[in-house]
Amino acid sequence: MSGHVDSHGHGGHDQHHDDHGHGHEHHDDGIGHSTFKGYMIGFVLAVILTAIPFWLVMSGGFQKPATTSIVVLAFAAVQIVVHMIYFLHMNTKSEGGWNMLALIFTMVLVLITLSGSIWVMYHMDHNMMPSMMMREMQNLP
Amino acid sequence: MSDHPDLLKLFFGRLTWDALPLHVPIVMVTFAVVMIGALAVLGAITYFRLWGYLWREWFTSIDHKKIGIMYMVLGLVMLLRGFADAVMMRAQQAISFGHSTGYLPPEHYDQIFTAHGVIMIFFVAMPLVTGIMNFVVPLQIGARDVAFPFLNNFSFWMTTAGAMLVMASLFIGEFARTGWLAYPPLSGIGMSPDVGVDYYIWALQVAGVGTLLSGVNLLATIVKMRAPGMRMMQMPVFTWTALCTNVLIVAAFPVLTAVLALLAMDRYVGTHFFTTDLGGDAMMYVNLIWIWGHPEVYILILPAFGIFSEVVSTFSRKRLFGYASMVYATVVITVLSYLVWLHHFFTMGSGASVNSFFGITTMIISIPTGAKIFNWLFTMYRGRIVFEVPMLWTMGFMITFVIGGMTGVMLAVPPADFSLHNSLFLIAHFHNVIIGGVLFGLFAGINFWFPKAFGFRLDPFWGKCSFWFWQIGFWFAFAPLYVLGLMGVTRRLSHFDDPSLQIWFVIAAFGAFLIALGILCMLIQFAVSFRRREQLRDHTGDPWNGRTLEWSTSSPPPAYNFAFTPIVHDNDAWWQMKQRNYRRPLDGYRAIHMPKNTGAGIILAGISAALGFALIWQMWIPAAVSFVALLVVAIGHTFNYQRDYYIPADEVARVETARTELLANHV
Repeated sequence: MSGHVDSHGHGGHDQHHDDHGHGHEHHDDGIGHSTFKGYMIGFVLAVILTAIPFWLVMSGGFQKPATTSIVVLAFAAVQIVVHMIYFLHMNTKSEGGWNMLALIFTMVLVLITLSGSIWVMYHMDHNMMPSMMMREMQNLP
Repeated sequence: MSDHPDLLKLFFGRLTWDALPLHVPIVMVTFAVVMIGALAVLGAITYFRLWGYLWREWFTSIDHKKIGIMYMVLGLVMLLRGFADAVMMRAQQAISFGHSTGYLPPEHYDQIFTAHGVIMIFFVAMPLVTGIMNFVVPLQIGARDVAFPFLNNFSFWMTTAGAMLVMASLFIGEFARTGWLAYPPLSGIGMSPDVGVDYYIWALQVAGVGTLLSGVNLLATIVKMRAPGMRMMQMPVFTWTALCTNVLIVAAFPVLTAVLALLAMDRYVGTHFFTTDLGGDAMMYVNLIWIWGHPEVYILILPAFGIFSEVVSTFSRKRLFGYASMVYATVVITVLSYLVWLHHFFTMGSGASVNSFFGITTMIISIPTGAKIFNWLFTMYRGRIVFEVPMLWTMGFMITFVIGGMTGVMLAVPPADFSLHNSLFLIAHFHNVIIGGVLFGLFAGINFWFPKAFGFRLDPFWGKCSFWFWQIGFWFAFAPLYVLGLMGVTRRLSHFDDPSLQIWFVIAAFGAFLIALGILCMLIQFAVSFRRREQLRDHTGDPWNGRTLEWSTSSPPPAYNFAFTPIVHDNDAWWQMKQRNYRRPLDGYRAIHMPKNTGAGIILAGISAALGFALIWQMWIPAAVSFVALLVVAIGHTFNYQRDYYIPADEVARVETARTELLANHV
């Protein structure tokens, strides 16, 4: 029956849906429109999270440079989260959950790509790079 | 003039008269033929005064249907170019034995196999896939256009600009001689100092912008613009595969852009990312480009799977068997496609643990693919199968693709790969899946949706001729390559010493000839169908007794696609509506808000092509000028506020009433 058609007319189902305010099946945007306070919290956190690594590096940091770089990377990761929450206004429900899904998917792919590349390239470097080949050849009986 | 050599250099860079291939007869003859053909087309357009029409109705159009059709035209035109390369290779390999060196010098042959690969993947398969998605997806989800209509037009023209750069390399300078992925160190500045690799880099960078933006666009369209009531698990399978494809495009193409940018920096400003000299590593290029390259394979094949799903259920007159498993298989393939890239370079030396991991993931990915094959078979089982041309392509695909998939699993076994890698067996395998999967799918899709796009069906007789020539020609062309590959013949050779191999190459060349007849039949099919369009006319808008929403509107659909946005209650929305004796509403039309055409896309892409050309030849002044022009036009376009208009209710009513009369006269 004609009940399958919205006879009220969805004149602007495409991106222009400003002309009438009823009957939209779109998800609620769900983007938290941030306040001045929100931006200030984000800004202060971002400054702190930048200042500490800066201080770490300038003051010499830990004994081993490797430890310092790991700590700096950890701060960078937290910094990313701060930016996403306070500046990009992302939460688990924004855009009907699509943002969260996209984020998880992206993280999985980045994880696969980075760890896979490091793994693969480590082996390549170990087995195939010229210096290693030389040493192998010298060790040949 | 000679007083200012530096200024001249800044203006023309490396471009001199020597860049024109005046001394190579084959290229000059090709050039002459292409130019005569181009002049004939341009002359005809001018004579029939079509420039204004083309500009207003097509080039500047932001209607997703017209952009989709333009993508298809681009893909089919480039198919002719890519196939011409294939025929040249087959002919060379068939005669170049012993004392005969064939008719192509090695440096020319190397350009041909590179151009063949680049064109077939980037400028045939990608435009055809994108074109079908562009045309079908908004119709299937009951939308009036894509989410970002202008971006769509811009994406198309950027892809075309990339294709133009590749075509220009035929006559101005030369193309890369590196193989289609341009591995360093061969593609580095030391081994390839000429412009070939630069043409490769900039053509792909320009086209890559288009592909990426088109991916963003279709992704947003599918996520945000589905008809009311259409939940994710009620989307047609083609839309699902399009969704996964565009996720892959958005995630993978930035990797290609980055790795080509690094290669460009190695070549232009002397960095050492991929040279061993200063701590770089060419193997990193191979690793990175396959992180893009393997998802790219699935970018091509997933939409083809979607097309087969639509075709099988339509022509078996049954609901698709295992809809949910089909969707999950698609999603699983999407994720797994990121876990297999190393199988393209098992032999590079990463060792047993790495190789076995990627060998196993590769075998795992054949499981969801196999599940799909069974779903199609079970859909056909006890269905009322109608042997129309799209269904023929689908069944041809199922046989061909399964064999290609099995040779793929053979290659996934690392020890086997060590002897098959870089051999003609590999060539036969990926042609088996790309022709038998992607291309057959696209041909099924073209035959299936052509009546929707143009309002008349394609002639079935010539369609069947085309199908059989392709199907038989494919096996003649590639079965010998499997044999040769098992005998250890490597790819990309322009000359052979062992005369006992010649017979296989002659058979393969015969196969290429049959495929040429298949392509010819397809062109005849288009011409014959156009001449017989009144007999083949589709008045109902639903020539195949279809199941999804695109068949609910007229053929061709009006600019606004649907006078009323459909409301969806179940899978196969249009089939459901027909089951419940759906009647079109005959009044109550309202004005429809639509986006307006703009020339900004073609202008921006034209400037991008000029920028790419200037960068290839290191013409720094033209490069700077076109870069500034690009920014000015792009910013200027943001001040264009006349972006939309309303189709008045009277106009909608007039179009819909005409359709009502048509339906009354013909049903």
